[in-house]
Amino acid sequence: MSQLLQVGEKASMRDVFGEALLNITKKDTKAVVLDGDLANSTKTDIVAKGNAAQFLQMGIAEQNMMGVAAGLASVGLQPWVCTFASFITKRALDQITVSVAQPKLNVKMIGAYSGLLTGCTGKTHQGVEDVAIMRSIPNMVVLAPADGVELIQMMEFAHQYDGPVYIRLARDEQQQIFDAETHRFELGKGLFVKEGGDLTIITTGTQTERSVEAARLLEEQGINASVLHMPSIKPLDQEAIVKAARETGAIVVAEEHNIIGGLGSAVAEILGEQYPTPMIRVGVQDRNTESGKNEELLKKYNITPADMVEKAKEVLSRKR
Amino acid sequence: MSAQLDFAEIKQLKQKAAEARRLVVETVHHAGAGHIGGPLSAIDMLVSLYFDVMNINPSDSKWEDRDRFVLSKGHSAIALYTVLAKRGYFPIEELSTFDEINSRLQAHPDMNLLPGLDMSSGSLGQGISAAVGMALGAKQLGKAFYTYCMIGDGESQEGQVWEAADIAVKYKLDNLIVLMDFNQLQQFGWDGTDGRERERPVTSPAERFKAFGWHTISANGHDFQQIIDACNEAKEVKGKPTMIIAETIKGKGVSFMENQYLWHSKIPTAEELKIASQELMAGV
Ligand SMILES: Cc1ncc(C[n+]2csc(CCOP(=O)(O)OP(=O)(O)O)c2C)c(N)n1
Ligand SMILES: [Mg+2]
Repeated sequence: MSQLLQVGEKASMRDVFGEALLNITKKDTKAVVLDGDLANSTKTDIVAKGNAAQFLQMGIAEQNMMGVAAGLASVGLQPWVCTFASFITKRALDQITVSVAQPKLNVKMIGAYSGLLTGCTGKTHQGVEDVAIMRSIPNMVVLAPADGVELIQMMEFAHQYDGPVYIRLARDEQQQIFDAETHRFELGKGLFVKEGGDLTIITTGTQTERSVEAARLLEEQGINASVLHMPSIKPLDQEAIVKAARETGAIVVAEEHNIIGGLGSAVAEILGEQYPTPMIRVGVQDRNTESGKNEELLKKYNITPADMVEKAKEVLSRKR
Repeated sequence: MSAQLDFAEIKQLKQKAAEARRLVVETVHHAGAGHIGGPLSAIDMLVSLYFDVMNINPSDSKWEDRDRFVLSKGHSAIALYTVLAKRGYFPIEELSTFDEINSRLQAHPDMNLLPGLDMSSGSLGQGISAAVGMALGAKQLGKAFYTYCMIGDGESQEGQVWEAADIAVKYKLDNLIVLMDFNQLQQFGWDGTDGRERERPVTSPAERFKAFGWHTISANGHDFQQIIDACNEAKEVKGKPTMIIAETIKGKGVSFMENQYLWHSKIPTAEELKIASQELMAGV
């Protein structure tokens, strides 16, 4: 699959995920996949078909599923618990905290259908609080890939790493940004996907593609923006953030997530303590979201490239 | 509400259910999103509740003493929306906005947007607890209304359903009537044995709820007389809640959707919509 992911082409993260997970289970008999009756949405049905012995259907019972995963991990297996971001991080949160994170068990948690673009399923199924929740839990690693190439590398990392990892996934097709030959995902490291001197857009996950587009639009207007992509939200690359603030003096943080508690908050925490810099958060403005088509949702909830351009100009006007 | 429905009454309910089913299929096709199998299996029960059983007033949807209904299997919202529209809570034309941005008809029910919705739902297992709260609230307030709730059989895998079941018995909630849409399919489930595509539930929900202390009734969820009789029986039961296990067919009424788990949420093409509409309207 990774050979097929070409820069500039479209691919859907869930398809890449299902194939990559099947490969992991085929390499490692200890890796088992747990589903909460959503396999044909999350694409773990690829594992169900390709390696049924390592696919465990837990039914519609997320809390129990997380507890079972803790038990499986405690006897030496590596469970990959897969359901929607919304249900895994909220329905099973106490189980994640007490049974998985506190004892630092080797459970991989996959939040599929994160963000706003969840195929017209509305606010009960959208996942715009998962980062806030998961990054507040000790021992948790929180990751958000920008494309399929990065996702595969992240899954390989998670497979090697001994401890809880949360990976936030998107549902729909998007543009592939990274070249499998040259890209290297590293825990705790950010990546400048574009360099410019006027301001920095710090971003993550699915928003990185839109941030690159925003930087292009800014360039047309004579404004040079850096784009700092953060696949590792926790641990977070503090050095890169401070460097960006020092060198460009103005920051926009953009994400497909509530502005409370997400990457924007994480960046504000670091800059507030280490290098106060004018900044603006682009994301869902702490309100209920809804069903709708992707482009309409991005527009209504103000996270399009055009919104980012506007916010970039606003923060530039406050630059010291 | 007469105990025995006459021929004309049954015919009317059938007609309404067929039209509601056609609207479900048409709306999901138009929206290009949504669930279909679960809504189709639920329609006959919703029609029975809203056109016969429940004490409600569509022109005063906030009336304090109305019977309440919670669609705990919130993914079947489009079924409830079509029935509410036909009952006069909002214009039928509004169904065409289902799942669209700024619509009152969200993918899952939002009680603050649309008249006639007594509770928000969409995350499985939660609605039945809210229904327990409504029934308990009626007791606290000394009110005589009944609370109805519909759960899915897959939904009953959620532990919360059993937590709710326990408390409902503890507080002797004989004003709570829950219907289980027992279509024996969920979204993905387990591979079947004996040549079956998907596995059926391994234990009987009626026995399980009985063990929890509920009064249980088994009924054909597509037979209006049986559904209404079951509700009437439930209202007479004293000192415990009632679970009506309604045997249904997922995708009911459309030959190529019936009992097919992949039609849980699949979008009918224009051609499929045409065939489905013909089949649904042929029976009436
Ligand atoms: C807590 C939670 N987990 C998962 C889902 C996703 N989901 C929606 S419908 C469904 C299957 C429901 O099956 P069932 O209750 O039997 O309903 P029906 O067959 O009537 O459609 C699932 C897993 C959800 N909405 N909420
Ligand atoms: Mg079912």
